[in-house]
Amino acid sequence: MAQIPDELKYTSDHEWALEEEELLVIGITDYAQDALGEIVYIELPGEGDEITKGDPFGAVESTKAVSDLYAPVSGDVVEVNEALLDSPETINEDPYGEGWMIKVRPYDPDEIEDLMDFEEYTEFVEKETEE
Amino acid sequence: MVEFAGWRMPVQYEGVRAEHMAVRNAAGLFDVSHMGEIEIRGKDASRFCQWVTTNDIGKLGNFQAQYTLFCNHSGGVVDDVILYKFPDESYLICVNASNASKDYEWLINANSDYDVEIIDRSPEFAQIAIQGPESAEILSETTGFDLSSIKRFRFGQFSWNGVEIIIARTGYTGEDGFEIFMPWDEAETLWRGLTAKGEHFGIKPCGLGARDTLRIEMGYSLYGHEIDEDINPLEAGLERYVVMENEDFLGKEALVKAIERGLSHKIVGFEMIDRGIPRQGYGIFKNNKLLGNVTSGTLSPCLEKSIGIGYLKNDVDYNERIQVEIRNTMREAETVNLPFYRKDVN
Repeated sequence: MAQIPDELKYTSDHEWALEEEELLVIGITDYAQDALGEIVYIELPGEGDEITKGDPFGAVESTKAVSDLYAPVSGDVVEVNEALLDSPETINEDPYGEGWMIKVRPYDPDEIEDLMDFEEYTEFVEKETEE
Repeated sequence: MVEFAGWRMPVQYEGVRAEHMAVRNAAGLFDVSHMGEIEIRGKDASRFCQWVTTNDIGKLGNFQAQYTLFCNHSGGVVDDVILYKFPDESYLICVNASNASKDYEWLINANSDYDVEIIDRSPEFAQIAIQGPESAEILSETTGFDLSSIKRFRFGQFSWNGVEIIIARTGYTGEDGFEIFMPWDEAETLWRGLTAKGEHFGIKPCGLGARDTLRIEMGYSLYGHEIDEDINPLEAGLERYVVMENEDFLGKEALVKAIERGLSHKIVGFEMIDRGIPRQGYGIFKNNKLLGNVTSGTLSPCLEKSIGIGYLKNDVDYNERIQVEIRNTMREAETVNLPFYRKDVN
């Protein structure tokens, strides 16, 4: 069973978001990394780039699939985990820790409230697994 | 597991990269039972095989195999196959799983007045491939057979566990290795035997994922990617397997015309300079002009570079720099000679 920490927020595209003071840390969930398999490549935005809620902000490729990364909120990218560019397998190994992808300064804090909490996401994953 | 031509196939066991490297450095085991097998036998078997394939049957002695192609009347590739020559006017053709029933029908239709039997033997054979530098040793230890006389693209018939099996020194990885045809009941025994004997060599079971990355590094064509019925073997860079001096074969007339006309597309290999992994269907450009499409691409585990194969229009003036459109941005790439991977160099 995939790990779903209760302190995080989630999207229906299997990104997680963690509020860290005024910033939002973003990555993909354990469920997502497991479904993708061995991640061999990642593309991330640069510092200072804008991301728009619901639009792709990057992409991950595994040996099985290519998958876009969707922005949970709109905001400015203030930090990028560049270590992932050389070691994308970190996302498989530690999706909620060293596998974080970007830190964003959200334009509208209300967008964070729109994300799923862990109970909603757990239910969402269960439904998706059943299908 | 994925669905592939009606078969349930593993994409990977441990992981594509680990499996890929096991084949390059030690040995890997593939369950390729999905492959089809069609037998041609009878008085005219050699003449018929020469008529339906592009390579030269005349080069083959008994217990020799060759890579060859079926072409349609327009010169397009119906399938790429390995043909095994047995004594007494008998041939076994190993065909792609996705094409097996099409090939069988196509062979039946290609038989105008040859005295041959065409038999779909796919249901009888399981097939295991062992590939990698330690393959010969592991297979010999497991079966007790001396395989030293079976050179590359040769094969032998052996009696093993009371049944007849065929051991061929062929493969799809660029490494030394064998493909073993046997009745279904014996496949599990052989698989387990090879796994046990191979353990201290570092053998690993391999899935479709590694099969694909290995063949891409070698620049080998995969049906449905580099070749199909709308592409002729000359465009696909397979002219070595098309012997135009042969008296006559299906598709020859169209290929002669294609040569006279000049080829409109040509296959190329390329390495990415910018970041990104090329995938089938991505556009290839030069100065914003679309030249063709990517047919296969991957991150090469051995070269640790993104590599791709694709078609480019021949009538466009281009040098080695090209661009591949990945997720709406143009990424620089350069054309390179195939294969990408050379054992002695890398």
